[in-house]
Amino acid sequence: MEQRLANSLIMTVNEKKFIENALVSDIRVDGRRPFDYRNLTIRFGSEDGSSEVQLGKTQVLAFVTGQLVQPYRDRPNEGTFAIYTEFSPMADPSFEPGRPGDSAIELGRIVDRGLRESRAVDTESLCVIAGKLVWSIRIDLHIIDNGGNLVDAANIAALAALSTFRRPECTIGGEDGQELTVHPPDVREPLPLIMHHFPVAVTFGFIGKENIVVIDPTHYEEEVMGGSLTATLNTNGDVCAIQKAGGDGVLQSVIMQCLRIASVKAGDITSKIKSAVESYNTQRALRKIKRHNPSSAVSNAAKHNEESTQVNTETKSIQQSSDTNTSASTHDVTNIGSPEQQSKTLKDAVKPKHKKRKKSTSNANAS
Amino acid sequence: MEYVSPEGLRLDGRRPMEMRQLRAELGAVSRADGSAVFEMGNTKVIAAVYGPREVQNRSQQINDKALIRCEYTMANFSTGDRMRKPKGDRRSTEISLVIRQTMEACIMTHLMPRSQIDIFVQVLQADGGTRSACINAATLALADAGIPMCDLVTSCSAGYLNSTPLLDLNYVEDSARGPDVTVGILPKLDKVTLLQMDAKLPMDIFENVMQLATEGCKAVANYIREVLLENTKQLENRRGV
Repeated sequence: MEQRLANSLIMTVNEKKFIENALVSDIRVDGRRPFDYRNLTIRFGSEDGSSEVQLGKTQVLAFVTGQLVQPYRDRPNEGTFAIYTEFSPMADPSFEPGRPGDSAIELGRIVDRGLRESRAVDTESLCVIAGKLVWSIRIDLHIIDNGGNLVDAANIAALAALSTFRRPECTIGGEDGQELTVHPPDVREPLPLIMHHFPVAVTFGFIGKENIVVIDPTHYEEEVMGGSLTATLNTNGDVCAIQKAGGDGVLQSVIMQCLRIASVKAGDITSKIKSAVESYNTQRALRKIKRHNPSSAVSNAAKHNEESTQVNTETKSIQQSSDTNTSASTHDVTNIGSPEQQSKTLKDAVKPKHKKRKKSTSNANAS
Repeated sequence: MEYVSPEGLRLDGRRPMEMRQLRAELGAVSRADGSAVFEMGNTKVIAAVYGPREVQNRSQQINDKALIRCEYTMANFSTGDRMRKPKGDRRSTEISLVIRQTMEACIMTHLMPRSQIDIFVQVLQADGGTRSACINAATLALADAGIPMCDLVTSCSAGYLNSTPLLDLNYVEDSARGPDVTVGILPKLDKVTLLQMDAKLPMDIFENVMQLATEGCKAVANYIREVLLENTKQLENRRGV
């Protein structure tokens, strides 16, 4: 199927024949039945918004990060959302360092289409100031080991990471309602993303002359198969995306049968993701209690004293995040958050010259 | 926004199950081994095929079949707002890959080992359904180049707006962010080789929409067959047979 590279997996004719012949009697090389999914394990990293998915021998890491940016002009009140794929050369001999290859782009597009077009993530809730500031969600997918069926694994990893990602809370205040405060996670609990539904990708391979259908092909089977179909479905039985990019032709009835099987599998996988996320969330809550317990009395007492410094960290984080934003709004922000005398000393200690210059330029721009 | 009026007419005056006008022309590029222009309404695509010829990059040579390469580009002036897009952005890379794999399915590559076939498609005017138009143009160009194929591949899109299945979406309907199903079939074998879908659609409705798109593909196939037959007759006349 794929453009053969010099150092890709080369299988002998005998090996290929063996896989095809075994399938005629409903047996696959790894002992599964044609419609058995491989073992799926989902683990989470120490930080919010990272996940590691293992599907058989395939391993995929996903990281979700958020940043405040200016929205696209045609959608001023929607957050943005992008997927980046990284095919590490250590995962497979045919992955080459440098620019993403065709398969990397296709994978990114399938995952992207499944999540974006079906509106799985509520992008409107990511808007902070319409037309000015929105959250941009970035998903990085790293392929650690290629054991076949990267699309499904990457899609599950992206879903798991998205459902554990939390963005810091933002509030707008001030006289004109344009002043922004980003609250660091230790002041206000960060907010999870709003996920409407979980579009799960399920891939089928069509092998041999009779187009025998197998679910979740391994990389050996991928080498043999004449075509593949990736269906992205959610638990309501909605089809969110389909990709069958050429390859062997199949009958329409076979496609509908695949969709029905996929919808069952999507239900299984969704419940697996949800239970994994739930256990992560309880662990996260427990961790929080442990962290606060020993010094709870102290922290309570010290809270008021700390508040001013906290405010300062808030302003600092804003300065970093809103570099792309107009300088006028940064200037506003520094004015609101902090009490006058304290902030002056601290702020001046950080970077007085830069600040002054910025102020003057912003004033010049305004006038 | 209303995409289907109460009278059952679409924005451009078509009925829900009506296709745009098709036009095809063979031999548009003189230097190419095979070429074609294909129009679906205001969407206009040109395709050129070179090959089978010697493999340019030896390391890519395949010993038991032909190497197929495909490049999809959109002309800067093809869309409403003229802009210079970087060559090889994600979308066009994906479409190149999709067209290549679709064409690979119908070309009898095992007859031409150690050779390569290049397919170039360029969008001259984009008004929705460029993917389908490109595949249809590529099929015609391949047929014009006399490359052995087991069947023609034809493609058509369908959508679902205002709870009505619509055939052959134009740009305005395509950018409504509704479901968009692109189907490519091998009409004689009655098999689906290309199937792409966006947005959310219940499974039973999806089946209807896919069925509609398949019917569209069959209509395109009939038209393409006519064009090819006409072309062959002309060639025959020129030879004076």
